[in-house]
Amino acid sequence: MLYINCPHCGMRSQNEFSYGGDASVKRPELNKEVSNQEWDNFVYNRKSLRGKHLELWQHISGCRQWIKVERDTATHEIFRTFKADEEVA
Amino acid sequence: MTQAFRIENGGLINRDKKLSFKFNEKSYFGYEGDTLASALLANGVHLVGRSFKYHRPRGFFGAGVDEPYAVVQLYRNGETEPNIKATEQELFEGLEAKSVNCWPSVNFDIGAINNFLKIFLPAGFYYKTFMWPKSFWYRIYEPFIRKAAGLGVASTKHDKERYEHKYEYCDLLIAGSGPSGLAGAYAAAKNGAKVILAEDKPRFGGSLLTSDVNIGNQSGKDWAEGIIAELKTMPNVVVKNRSQIFGYYDHNMLVMSEKVSDHLPSTKKYHPNKRLWYIRAKEVLISSGSIERPIVFGNNDTPGVMLSSAAKEYLKVYGVLVGRKPLVFTNNDSGYETAIEFKKHGVDPVILDSRKNAESEIIDEAKNLGIIIKNSYVVVAAQGYKKVKSADIASISEDKKQLGKIEHIQCDCICVSGFWTPSIHLASQSGNKTKFKEEIDAFVPGQSKQNEITLGAANGIFSLNETLKTSFKAGSELSKKLTKKDNEIAIPNVVEKKSSQHDKFWCVPLPKGKNYKRFLDFQNDVAVSDVEIALREGYRSIEHVKRYTTLGMATDQGKTSNLNGLQLVSEIENKVVPAVGHTTFRPPYTPVSIGAIVGREVGKHSKPTRKSPMHSWHEKNNAVFVDAGVWLRPRYYKRGNENLFEGSKREAKNVRTNVGVCDVTTLGKIDIKGPDAAELLNRVYTNAWLKLPVGKARYGVMLREDGIVMDDGTTTRISENHYHMTTTTAQAANVLSHLEYYLQLVWPELNVNVVSTTEQWAGAAIAGPKSRDLLQKLFPNSDVSNEGLPFMGYMEGDLFGVKARIFRISFSGELAYEVNVESDYGNFMWEKIMEIGEEFQIQPYGTEALSTLRIEMGHVAGSELDGRTIPYDNALEGLVSKKKDFIGKRSLQRSAFTTEDRQRVVGVVPLDKKTSIPEGSHLVKDDKAPLPNPKLGHISASCWSVEYDNPFSLAILKDGKNMIGEKLFAMSPLKNKVIPVEIVSSHYVDPKGERVRS
Repeated sequence: MLYINCPHCGMRSQNEFSYGGDASVKRPELNKEVSNQEWDNFVYNRKSLRGKHLELWQHISGCRQWIKVERDTATHEIFRTFKADEEVA
Repeated sequence: MTQAFRIENGGLINRDKKLSFKFNEKSYFGYEGDTLASALLANGVHLVGRSFKYHRPRGFFGAGVDEPYAVVQLYRNGETEPNIKATEQELFEGLEAKSVNCWPSVNFDIGAINNFLKIFLPAGFYYKTFMWPKSFWYRIYEPFIRKAAGLGVASTKHDKERYEHKYEYCDLLIAGSGPSGLAGAYAAAKNGAKVILAEDKPRFGGSLLTSDVNIGNQSGKDWAEGIIAELKTMPNVVVKNRSQIFGYYDHNMLVMSEKVSDHLPSTKKYHPNKRLWYIRAKEVLISSGSIERPIVFGNNDTPGVMLSSAAKEYLKVYGVLVGRKPLVFTNNDSGYETAIEFKKHGVDPVILDSRKNAESEIIDEAKNLGIIIKNSYVVVAAQGYKKVKSADIASISEDKKQLGKIEHIQCDCICVSGFWTPSIHLASQSGNKTKFKEEIDAFVPGQSKQNEITLGAANGIFSLNETLKTSFKAGSELSKKLTKKDNEIAIPNVVEKKSSQHDKFWCVPLPKGKNYKRFLDFQNDVAVSDVEIALREGYRSIEHVKRYTTLGMATDQGKTSNLNGLQLVSEIENKVVPAVGHTTFRPPYTPVSIGAIVGREVGKHSKPTRKSPMHSWHEKNNAVFVDAGVWLRPRYYKRGNENLFEGSKREAKNVRTNVGVCDVTTLGKIDIKGPDAAELLNRVYTNAWLKLPVGKARYGVMLREDGIVMDDGTTTRISENHYHMTTTTAQAANVLSHLEYYLQLVWPELNVNVVSTTEQWAGAAIAGPKSRDLLQKLFPNSDVSNEGLPFMGYMEGDLFGVKARIFRISFSGELAYEVNVESDYGNFMWEKIMEIGEEFQIQPYGTEALSTLRIEMGHVAGSELDGRTIPYDNALEGLVSKKKDFIGKRSLQRSAFTTEDRQRVVGVVPLDKKTSIPEGSHLVKDDKAPLPNPKLGHISASCWSVEYDNPFSLAILKDGKNMIGEKLFAMSPLKNKVIPVEIVSSHYVDPKGERVRS
């Protein structure tokens, strides 16, 4: 079970969180023309990365905040975590 | 009464407390502190089971977790548990156990005929033989194999025992209480670190209990007892025996199974049987020791052949002689230690040492005691069927290939030592890259991946002095890092005998003309010849060899067989062992009860149960409940002998003619506040929300980004910046997460707060033509007329002193209202409604009547909004705004969603107006068409229309828009039904929606 550092609450076990997928996906702006390809990429197409991956988790049984977690998908190592509005450098 | 093989004094058992027990229906006795194995051996019982494949007689091989043979069916307190290792099961008064895998009895086992057929049962036998004809597999082969193979039998009864889970955090977790574990734990504890020390056996001390050493002028055992006693007094230390750390998972989480009650005749009141610990440790010290490995020789599975360390443990811990004429077969000094213990207790052993000459303090001691030692000698084969009677021995050449003349030697047990294998399981599970250590012919942990350090014998360090030094240091340094304290500990003086180099010899060659079975894996009956076959047939990877031969796949997970298997493969393949590599070590290290893994989450506790504040009223009024997610909802209120069909029909009818009340507390409720609340709703729902006035409710549909309907519900504008959203019962949690996702990540600029208020409000839906009259009496000071409170209107009211929210919304299609009060007043509200409603012939109605009402009205719900439909499919396209953008809108342009013949909700009526259509039935054009019959749609929901008194269903049908009036067939192969039907409008009752506005 992973041990995730919630930027709001501190170290918590994985079973307090729910997974939210790739954090690098950006929703196209509202009321903007979007090509089929662009929309498909947003809704469906995801890379199944091996290695460092920035992903979303929600601290669903805690502060209910969505957070970003930088995790290695092969080793499960967690490098850094960020608040939802924090820029990932 | 004396026991034939129990020495008069000595051992750590309590001779003042006799315990009686039964094995295979026969009564015996043992002492407190015995294991089932030691007690049976004390009584001279060596035959305990039959092997997995050939049903050969099986005895005891080890004295602990490594035991491959002595697996029994245990009976305790009216319950039974299969596959218990007799070497781990502590004796208690009244224990009963039986052999497994033998029929009719362990002494006469019909399956043993396999032993004579063994030429037909080589590796891969099942794969090769039972393939044809295919149809025979399920009917004949599989049941036969399952009966013949396999071990104990699981109970089919409900397990009355309780199992608990516990979460724990610590600085240092120490797995194993041998010398290294004690030293590491002690040093860390002295530095104030929070320490958990776990030992799988009942007694602490590990090898110190049986070794002949001195630490700080005390015996090893006394030193261990002193350390444990001191650790137990320290508030920062948890010391647990009977606790096996069996898994090392991500981020330094380890799981431990504590046997709380297995050593007792019955579990104490309020105690669990087992406790599963999830331990998150900052640092882990693995001090799991090592397991002696056997030398492979002919018939080495005969009862009476056992590990020399086990023989020593039975003698020193339990005061039990495993034989009176022992033969010790060794390639290192450990065998001598066992022989010396025998000699000290008046038994004359013979030592066969594969080494030509070896010199050490231990060997000198054996010589001084006058023990017969034969160098360059090996056991060729054990003789005897159910018990060792003698051994064929022979001298062996220096290259270990040529055997001398076979000699015969009488013996009643063969204690074998092929040196030691470090238990690297936990380290390997943590991701440690193990490495092969030539000097000890075994793998040891290498580069750590997580915060783990392996100590002592588990790390291939077999000198006590070095073990203590390195372990004290590790415990001290790791804890110092965490606690910043440094209490130096004087390392005690150690006296131990020096041993000499072991012989790299592990398998005795077959003598000419003999074809003895030489077993590698004792539980799964994998012999040297099986591995040879696997390699000959082209299996190269050690993982494949393992699966083809089942080497190391039994319940002991190859603790005594893996390394010898690797040696064999490397020898045949002409590779070095590290090039062959080892198979993956996976948790659990030892078998864990399913009960312990499940914990308290059984039966009703497998998920939480949510009840509305009116639940007790429903109970008192004969409600029959149904699970709605985790909620319990009344399905119908049973009157007399009514069944579900009759009861729900009565309730629905009453709503259509008088008035009914339904508990709608379970609907998800989300409170939405903030200046941008309307903007959020406008983006989340498909329809327009910016112009909804205060005091008005609106029905809305929300989509996922892929265009599929996610949920529907009404949202009411309570005040300027305050909305009350309702969701379906099932989607409440998902909708909240969905809103939070967009507010926190996508549109953080929106100034809105959302919070779940599902638990805060109790809700009652009042529906039926008389509902307004009732409402007026409930709220005499409010104007609830059609003008005062029009359809989709909202107002606050005073319910006899209780603040209430009144929504004029309808799911039933009748004139209807929903009244919400704070949860604590829910029951009060309900009782008032029932009391005042009496004059209007009010009846409560449950979910079944609710479904009937919405189905015949054509209102879609969960069975249509099933995660596969878009608004059009549900006839909701009128709610999809063309002007504004919203979540999922772009996806609605996908070509599959815009085809002319797109599926759509329709009504379905059986032509005979009598036969109910099973939900899930497929709609087809031709009931006689060859399979696969093209499916046009499926029945999503069925009811008995109370309006027309005939069956009515909703269906999602291809080209539903143009199918009204068509005749089709509803087919349910599951229910074996073919029903001719007519497609009608989904709005079966009141298609213009006049009643809700009346």
